[in-house]
Amino acid sequence: MTLNTQPNLRDPDDFYDELLAAHHGLSKDQSDALNARLILVLANHIGDREVLRAALKAAAG
Amino acid sequence: MVGATYALAHELYPYDPATARAGHHPVIIIGGGPVGVATGLDLAQKGTPALMLDDHEGVGQGSRAICFAKRTLEIADRLGAGADMVKKGIVWNVGRVFHGDGEVFNFNLLPEGGHKNPAFINLQQPYFEKFLIDALRRAEAGGKPIEIRGRNVVTGLTQDADKVTLDIDTPDGPYQLTADYVIACDGARSPTREMMGLSFDGRVFEDNFLIADVRMTADFPTERWFWFEPPLAEAPQSALLHKQPDDVWRIDFQLGWDIDRKAELEEGRIRQRIDEFLPAGTEYELVWTSIYTFQCRRMERFRHGRVLFAGDSAHQVSPFGARGANSGMQDADNLAWKLDLVLKGLAPDALLETYHEERAYGADENILNSTRATDFLTPKSEMSKIFRNAVLTLAKEHAFARPLVNSGRLSVPCSYDGLPLNGPDALDGPARTRPGSPCPDAPLAEGFLLDRLPGRFTLLTLGLQPPELLTDVPIGTLTLAGDDLTDELRARYLGDAEHALYLIRPDQHVAARWAEVNEAEIQAALKTAIGLT
Ligand SMILES: Cc1cc2nc3c(=O)[nH]c(=O)nc-3n(C[C@H](O)[C@H](O)[C@H](O)COP(=O)(O)OP(=O)(O)OC[C@H]3O[C@@H](n4cnc5c(N)ncnc54)[C@H](O)[C@@H]3O)c2cc1C
Repeated sequence: MTLNTQPNLRDPDDFYDELLAAHHGLSKDQSDALNARLILVLANHIGDREVLRAALKAAAG
Repeated sequence: MVGATYALAHELYPYDPATARAGHHPVIIIGGGPVGVATGLDLAQKGTPALMLDDHEGVGQGSRAICFAKRTLEIADRLGAGADMVKKGIVWNVGRVFHGDGEVFNFNLLPEGGHKNPAFINLQQPYFEKFLIDALRRAEAGGKPIEIRGRNVVTGLTQDADKVTLDIDTPDGPYQLTADYVIACDGARSPTREMMGLSFDGRVFEDNFLIADVRMTADFPTERWFWFEPPLAEAPQSALLHKQPDDVWRIDFQLGWDIDRKAELEEGRIRQRIDEFLPAGTEYELVWTSIYTFQCRRMERFRHGRVLFAGDSAHQVSPFGARGANSGMQDADNLAWKLDLVLKGLAPDALLETYHEERAYGADENILNSTRATDFLTPKSEMSKIFRNAVLTLAKEHAFARPLVNSGRLSVPCSYDGLPLNGPDALDGPARTRPGSPCPDAPLAEGFLLDRLPGRFTLLTLGLQPPELLTDVPIGTLTLAGDDLTDELRARYLGDAEHALYLIRPDQHVAARWAEVNEAEIQAALKTAIGLT
């Protein structure tokens, strides 16, 4: 599998909203912790180390 | 005379003025710790005389190592000390991980069946060392060429093309010894390394660990309990509770970097911490306390001419994962047969280079593992702490996060993949017994496989007749068929194959394997395995 960097989210505005809503009312520390948990949950779901490595690279810019 | 630097738990080799005599020896081992004694025993069992010199008269007090892994017990078994260790040691399988005041999860090591030895035992290091010395005394009584001299402090070392010369200090003054080879098993502070001006580079972890061994007859189960951020007033960053024999418990507190060492070691202060940690009213006696800082480092080369380094003198790891003594025992296992064959003129000097190659490879694996554990325990940045705690939070609910929790990956021996002594892998067999791997144990019709692989080369055949081989290097055969081919043995050595032939090294690592018998190939693999190609 390769990392999909093409648009893949149905209803992107809706997703973005949900992402921000998850952080709503959290302190910076709580938000950082949430982000970290989210990354771990997603990484495990993806599972494929090649894809994850490519994702890390893409995120690093 | 250089003074003693630590108090003894067991006096085992008192200074004997009659023995402190100049002379030449094939092998002199500096240091009578676990690695030195194991190496000496292995050499002597093979008939190569070994002289050990130790600066003390016995085993030091204070429990350092407590967790000894199966591979260590297997090696000790071959050396005649394994049974005593398992008998005295404590077997444990269940671990619990806590974060703050709640349990995150627990696990059972669920050791695989069909092994003679348990996955792990807990045993105080002084016992471990004493059982090795007991085996040494039995070997000595049985006429094996082995000797240990207490209060013989090595103070100088020089080497030339054909020997090493040692200066030794004793209560009666100095004398000199020469040797064909010297093995420096003189610990992490290795005076030999200093004398030779060799460096020991790596990473120091900026953390202090308070180790307290306490005796109590409390009713805790025989489990390993590990706390991240325990809910204590002056919170250490982690705490560990682990049982040892004689009703002794190891308690570890991770104190951080900026501490007042002296104040932290005061009995009142230690008791205050322990009182808060244990259930209210628990009575206990302090058996041993100390504060350690840990580092991960290794020498660039484990061999310098006629001087070889083994154990902590060559490499040091943080104790999370119990890879110190456990890896040192594998050094002994790897070095003794090689040195024995070289001294007997049966293998080229190049075989000793492979000691460095194989064990430096093992050391790197151990350092990597213990560095990762330490990074999990002591997050080095704000973000690494955020991730660490995210893992712990998720682990409570979600199974996927549990394998990410790292309070030390327990020591397993490495497989020497891709290294020069390996021969062909001409069997479509299980990956775990590929060339380079340590042989996994397996039950036979009676007894266990590893007991039948003594410290020499062995041709192991499963469902095949071994060829008659003419070799210079001593080689035995073990022919297994019928009832001996137990399910476990088949699963570990045959997989889907019908039959197999394994060439096994004296240290019980696989050298090569085939589906059929081919004498020429076996001879070639044997040559490869002793460094002749
Ligand atoms: C707190 C703690 C916990 C640990 N837990 C574990 C664990 O659970 N499992 C594990 O496998 N390992 C563990 N270790 C590591 C383990 O203790 C060491 O790896 C092990 O002792 C190394 O053995 P060694 O023989 O190489 O060196 P040492 O045990 O250090 O022995 C060296 C010997 O050489 C002698 N010597 C030194 N200089 C001279 C000289 N000039 N002349 C003559 N003799 C000399 C010393 O007196 C000593 O007897 C732990 C260590 C610590 C500190």
